[in-house]
Amino acid sequence: MTLAPERSATQDHTVSPTVPHRAGSVRTAAQHSEVNSRLRIEGAEAREFKPKRSGKPNPMGHLTPEQVEEIGRELDALRQEVMDSRGEKDAAYIRKVIKTQRYLEMGSRAVLLFSGVKVKGVKPFWWLGTTGLSIAKILENMEIGHNVMHGQWDWMRDPKIHSTAWEWDNVSPSSQWKHSHNELHHTFTNVLGRDNDLGYGILRVDEDQRWTLFCLGQPIWHVINAAMFEYSIAAYDLELGGYLAKRNRMSEEEKAEFRARAQEVLVKIRQQATKDYVVHPAMAAPFGGAKSTLTANVVANLVRNIWTNTVIICGHFPEGIETFEKTSIEGETRGEWYLRQMLGSGNISGSKFMHIMTGNLSHQVEHHLFPDMPSNRYAEISPRIQELMERYDLKYVTGSLPKQVFSVYKKVVQLSLPNKVEGRRRRDTIKLAAKRAIKRKSLGGRPR
Amino acid sequence: MAEALATPLIPADYLDLFDPMREGADLRGRIVAITPQTRDAATVTIQPGRGWRGYEPGQYIRIGIDVNGVRQWRAYSVCDSTGIPGTKDATISITVKAIPDGVVSNHLVHRTQPGCVVMLDQATGEFVLPRTAPEKVLFITAGSGITPVMGMLRSREDLTDVAHVHCAPTAADVIFAKELRGYGENGRTAYIERHDDEHGMLDLADLDRLVPDWRERDTWVCGPTGLLDAAEAHWEAHGLTDRLTVERFRPTIIEPGEGGEITFLSSDVTVEADGATPILDAGENAGVLMPSGCRMGICMGCIVTMRQGAIRDLRTGEITVAEPGDNLSVQTCVNAVAGTCDIEL
Repeated sequence: MTLAPERSATQDHTVSPTVPHRAGSVRTAAQHSEVNSRLRIEGAEAREFKPKRSGKPNPMGHLTPEQVEEIGRELDALRQEVMDSRGEKDAAYIRKVIKTQRYLEMGSRAVLLFSGVKVKGVKPFWWLGTTGLSIAKILENMEIGHNVMHGQWDWMRDPKIHSTAWEWDNVSPSSQWKHSHNELHHTFTNVLGRDNDLGYGILRVDEDQRWTLFCLGQPIWHVINAAMFEYSIAAYDLELGGYLAKRNRMSEEEKAEFRARAQEVLVKIRQQATKDYVVHPAMAAPFGGAKSTLTANVVANLVRNIWTNTVIICGHFPEGIETFEKTSIEGETRGEWYLRQMLGSGNISGSKFMHIMTGNLSHQVEHHLFPDMPSNRYAEISPRIQELMERYDLKYVTGSLPKQVFSVYKKVVQLSLPNKVEGRRRRDTIKLAAKRAIKRKSLGGRPR
Repeated sequence: MAEALATPLIPADYLDLFDPMREGADLRGRIVAITPQTRDAATVTIQPGRGWRGYEPGQYIRIGIDVNGVRQWRAYSVCDSTGIPGTKDATISITVKAIPDGVVSNHLVHRTQPGCVVMLDQATGEFVLPRTAPEKVLFITAGSGITPVMGMLRSREDLTDVAHVHCAPTAADVIFAKELRGYGENGRTAYIERHDDEHGMLDLADLDRLVPDWRERDTWVCGPTGLLDAAEAHWEAHGLTDRLTVERFRPTIIEPGEGGEITFLSSDVTVEADGATPILDAGENAGVLMPSGCRMGICMGCIVTMRQGAIRDLRTGEITVAEPGDNLSVQTCVNAVAGTCDIEL
């Protein structure tokens, strides 16, 4: 499902195990190699725009290379300004969120011990505990887990709150999530065929993604995906789809590697399920709350799944957000990368509480520009990003949660059908695809 | 059971919320008092957690304190203690001199408030007296180098013949002045105080005059690197090396430069790299198995531990220095070596 990252295709000097570097001290002078183009501001060139199938115009076509460089410089300076001002207050913020989350979780779980108690036909402790646990789980995944694993708090040098050490309350092991999310999605954001977050390999959310018969069912796939989101994420990070499709062509080594990672996921699933569905219900058993504690945990995980899915689909799928062709990122400079991040993300407007509950992913544009900036600082730079984008005539996509969610749901339904093509009815396109499918005994693969 | 309840965290993460000082927790300490000693030195009294195992006079502890939100670790000699280690009454004291541009020392002397919780390491160090006190002892200390010796003087009643030469820039800069002079007056030590502004810097050749029997004394020296180097040379010149113990806190001084040598410790590879090449590229080119990811500084997939050294962020020019023991996590894809650095790979 996920393509290999760029490096394996272009780097011929990756290590061969035969290099005898352990056989005694080796001293060499490093050759000066070409460093990643995304680390430089200079050298943006006017590039040829390859029109997309949909015929949508180039969203950055009106900018000169000089302007692109200037945008890069301006955003670098803004980043530096905020990073230099990180301090005690920010550290206190994340520690407070972590502390609040832990007390909330412990408190909710304590209340759930009595979740079986009925008062006038309702179970007040069940409702209270389930609400608290849902919020605690959301906080843990969003404002804490996601952001800590992005390295937003690494600068504190606290080994407990560090991207290399954090394990989150989710069935996807953090190491696998960091690879598919931090490395692939954040580097190749919204590049068709490179960023599998664009519909997670099961949804067609952009007209320029290929339509197949599989897409007809996507309103249903979407709902299932949302309800089971943590398991979808785990399967996605594990690249389960890719394995199932390609396993016959895989080497033994690749298969063994996959099995090791699958084992890791199974262990994590077991640990998570044991905690939520066995140990905590068992603890409530003496108070007659085993069954109600079990349902509370199921509901809290479901609420967390649906909420995180709702927030995340608003980040890149609503109307007005751009996608990019593979060729458009070859030799991409820092400024061009920034541009792609700004145009490929969308925000959610709302209250401070809502921003925290989304893990500040409601500031998706700011987050994608500076994924390692502490999340509590996105709100303050947001007006400046808007001003910059306005100045360069770039579209800053934002809207209320209902508006953005509706926009995505509309797309999920509309794009389940093939694009309209002049001179052919959509009905006929579907029929043709169905005939082919019967002949090949395949739905034609998933959207890409 | 507790693990199954707490996963994906560990039980300690929850217990720390209630009692961070408990036995079995990561060792922490609560600062209970800060007492000024001179205009730029103060004694910091810390109540260590119940896991504290005590110290030998002369040993040091590392303390990790958050300055401006960033955890900084520094080593300080323990100069005093009360109570029984592992109990609630135990305290330890360190004396800190604020050095110019010293991030931690200035914070501790001028800004820290009692109540602040710090991370601690157990006491360590070879700068200690033998179990049976030597017959004749000489201490040579300078500036804040008095702190480990202070711990010895305060707790080792069995020292009978002590000569002590202590140097400070001026009379007003002498830490523990009253106590040290008191020991001189009551005969516990033969105390000689030297002030640089009055007597000039201590010349060890003067020892023949100041402490004529210095050759017969087991000697402990603590102070600036210059003094330690001079002492080692002096004792060696007289063939008395085994009579001398010195305390060195900073075996290497890290001066950031442009480019330099990168050592990958477990691969046993050293490469020379310029100031524009990411450590990641330098390592890969030399055949080291480097973890990597986005190669542009955003994914944290390339993080490795830098044991010591200096590196420069290629995006911002910012220099990060790791002193021995700091063990910093660094991103290799956006940092170049600035001088030398040792990477755990």
